[in-house]
Amino acid sequence: MSATLLTVSYLGAAILFILSLGGLSNPESSRRGNLYGMIGMAIAVLATVLGPQVTKAGYPWIIGAMAVGAAIGVYAARVVKMTQMPELVALMHSLVGLAAVLVGFANYIDPAASAGFKGAEKTIHEVEIYIGVLIGAVTFSGSIIAFGKLSAKISGRPLLLPARHWINLAGLLTVIWCGGWFINSHSIPEGMKPLVVMTAIALLFGIHMVMAIGGADMPVVVSMLNSYSGWAAAATGFMLSNDLLIVTGALVGSSGAILSYIMCRAMNRNFVAVIAGGFGTEGGKPVAAGAQPAGEVNPISATETADLLRAAKNVIIVPGYGMAVAQAQHTVYEITKHLRDKGVNVRFGIHPVAGRMPGHMNVLLAEAKVPYDIVMEMDEINSDFPDTDVAMVIGANDIVNPAAQEDPNSPIAGMPVLEVWKGKNSIVMKRSMASGYAGIDNPLFYKENNRMLFGDAKKMLDEVLVALKA
Amino acid sequence: MAQLIGVPREIEAGEKRVATVPDVVEKLIKLGFRVAVQSGAGDAANFADDAYRAAGAEIVEDAARLWASADIVFKVRAPSAAEVDRMRAGTTVVSFLWPAQNPQLLEALAARKATVLAMDSVPRISRAQKLDALSSMANIAGYRAVIEAAHAFGRFFTGQITAAGKVPPAKVFIIGAGVAGLAAIGAASGLGAIVRANDTRPEVADQIKSLGGEFVPVEYVEEGSGVGGYAKVMSEGFQKAQREVFARQAKEVDVIITTALIPGKPAPRLITADMVRSMRPGSVIVDLASEQGGNCELTEPGQVTVKHGVTIIGYTDLPSRLAKQSSTLYATNLLRLTEELCKGKDGVINVNMDDEVIRGTTVVREGAITWPPPPPKLSAAPAPKPAAKQALPAPKGHGAASAPASAKATAIVFLFAAALFWFIGANAPAAFIGHFTVFVLACFVGYMVIWNVTPALHTPLMSVTNAISSIIAIGALVQVAPPLTDAAGRPTAWIVGLAVLSIALVAINMFGGFAVTQRMLQMFRK
Repeated sequence: MSATLLTVSYLGAAILFILSLGGLSNPESSRRGNLYGMIGMAIAVLATVLGPQVTKAGYPWIIGAMAVGAAIGVYAARVVKMTQMPELVALMHSLVGLAAVLVGFANYIDPAASAGFKGAEKTIHEVEIYIGVLIGAVTFSGSIIAFGKLSAKISGRPLLLPARHWINLAGLLTVIWCGGWFINSHSIPEGMKPLVVMTAIALLFGIHMVMAIGGADMPVVVSMLNSYSGWAAAATGFMLSNDLLIVTGALVGSSGAILSYIMCRAMNRNFVAVIAGGFGTEGGKPVAAGAQPAGEVNPISATETADLLRAAKNVIIVPGYGMAVAQAQHTVYEITKHLRDKGVNVRFGIHPVAGRMPGHMNVLLAEAKVPYDIVMEMDEINSDFPDTDVAMVIGANDIVNPAAQEDPNSPIAGMPVLEVWKGKNSIVMKRSMASGYAGIDNPLFYKENNRMLFGDAKKMLDEVLVALKA
Repeated sequence: MAQLIGVPREIEAGEKRVATVPDVVEKLIKLGFRVAVQSGAGDAANFADDAYRAAGAEIVEDAARLWASADIVFKVRAPSAAEVDRMRAGTTVVSFLWPAQNPQLLEALAARKATVLAMDSVPRISRAQKLDALSSMANIAGYRAVIEAAHAFGRFFTGQITAAGKVPPAKVFIIGAGVAGLAAIGAASGLGAIVRANDTRPEVADQIKSLGGEFVPVEYVEEGSGVGGYAKVMSEGFQKAQREVFARQAKEVDVIITTALIPGKPAPRLITADMVRSMRPGSVIVDLASEQGGNCELTEPGQVTVKHGVTIIGYTDLPSRLAKQSSTLYATNLLRLTEELCKGKDGVINVNMDDEVIRGTTVVREGAITWPPPPPKLSAAPAPKPAAKQALPAPKGHGAASAPASAKATAIVFLFAAALFWFIGANAPAAFIGHFTVFVLACFVGYMVIWNVTPALHTPLMSVTNAISSIIAIGALVQVAPPLTDAAGRPTAWIVGLAVLSIALVAINMFGGFAVTQRMLQMFRK
């Protein structure tokens, strides 16, 4: 295969990738979008392997490595539970990050790769290697920590070292200083030292950065790491002068960046503030500044819940992370189906940051076969709450907190929330009166038209379903 | 000194209501007032003098004495000229008044240096709902209208299948879904009729459905909500479309109840003589707007007439026909107003004109006419849609472009970008520029494409972009076995080891990512 043919193949692959992302604009076209992605990837890999840059001597290695990776990957994709999607995605980001680091090192120690570069070209090439390894290392260690946090192997509480911003600044300065050293080094062994030091700092920085971020901010972190893995690929593309890598990396990078932005906006928070971390710990004591809601909570039983639902015409269900934890989505679907058969208009209101990953709730509901056309975005459904007879909140807290609108002193003031309290009745399913990730007490619980259904979401919903069918 | 509230007997012919009831008397006394009730005032509403006396009221035989002694007079109907003459100067009068229709009365009251609170002028804001007597009365009128219709109608309202044959349910068409209309919908569907209703305000469709009615829309685009949650006068085109709808309904239904009123305007003529003629004999029309001229052309206010075989009920006193109920509700409305006027619970009222509710209700204050009030600040109904959108700094819908940045910010960004581009262009080698071009354009393509992704698919988006970022495999592939002319000094073992490891790691990602995305997307279904 000639070099021009290879370039054309890359162009085709890049177009297919763009179509693949474009396909995700609606669920109808999304499956085809994924197929485009697969075809694009196949074309890119085959063209590279058959192209002029790979000799036959490499085939056994490539086939062997691919086969091993494919087996593991497909196996993981088959067995993963939908509730574990955030963990899997985070873990996969770490692989891309690690690969970027390895490719960077391999490229640096290969004298053939930099042969022919002189002056500015050589400097730029080295900067590219350096940045590629840097981003790759941060992505790798950050994703590993995110994986640990999401799978509850590490506490979701933010870890805040004293003077953490100074530590980060010192790390950054060291990285820049090492960069100068790296570019000015004359031999590969000499350059290895700063490269290794920088990699170590980058790994520590990735760990530190994600450790400092609270559980509720995880959707931002996951999408941010997604973005990083893209930039790492783009940096590798610069290093190897490969346009396909650059295009794809830029696509993935901007995708993750936009997702992070959407998530931040959904929480009314500044991106920098999220990354700087620590949300929900300064307020580890519930409500430092905000007003303490007063009043009594009104508990409700599963049977009464069923009665309310049966009498309702319009029901909106607001799921949160609690539903994912309790694996209650299938029961939710059963209840939905039962009510819809009875002519009740049941819909779902999804807050952009519900769960631990962008779109987490949608995937869970889709898994439970809830039709996607009754699953609404916050903006679509918020104005419908006044006409709703029962708004049922399943394991969500901060995203339905009226303090965001009513109490300007609240730490979450101004965050867009689902206005469940405007419904005629609201039912909040919760295990206890503990506050959400933001550590803020929720005045919703004390509202007159609100009832609390205490207990494990799955167990209580099962009881509601039994009562409904009775 | 506690003020004396006087409640005279209503002198209007046929008026059975009374402005206070014994239960309310007790509460007024608790607020610090003294209460005097004219003997026999509550007879028509089944409240005996003894009941008032037991509640703590003084019973006064003579109307003239009552008017002369009372500081505050509670009435249902507007005071007549004779009553105004009996009034002491400086008295406060609370009653229905219709200031727009009765300017002379207003002036006569002002001449007596009276303070007058008109219960029909209570502003329509949430806080004032508890003293909204119009709603109380409209509710009763709507209910009673259905009862009157059922009385005059020769059949069951509900459908039945009996041994003696099948009875079809009555079809009731209700025009205007205000308080009266909604009460009528509820009462009629409670009796088992098939209820249809129409209103010029589209937002009431859900309220109609909630009471068991069916909304009959007029297919003509015009928003009918006026200020304060009332209806407004519609355009000619709309009225024509509306008449067509009504004509069609008239042919089909057994009972029509009209409740269409526009504040300060004569009632709109909605049911023409032709429509009445097209109705089946034995049908019934109840015209709740008959006092304001009637929604039906053939209505005779206050009368029941039969025209073209259709009974047309034009009673203007429907609330009065349910005197006990309406007196109780009206008395409670007055009590709520008194509470607003007497915050100190010391038996002395304070007409505080800074209070929006009291300001709106007061039409004469110490001899000065204060009607009409300034327009209400808040409307009970939702404001027109676009305004509401602006009021909320709500997050923009997904994919909506954000508002253009300010010119200054844009200029700064462009200057910065230009400086960066100049720096790169001046220093970087040609090969880099090529890649840089590709990179920047790809970022923009990504930006454009990703905004179109629906939020429901954000998780699949992440996993597919993750899978696509496996493209980094190419970087490893080209390192495994490049065609070399000179392999001397190349740590081949290291490079191959690192590259093969990378390929394996990325392959996990590549295959796993696409497979899991596929699995997820399969689940999304309608």
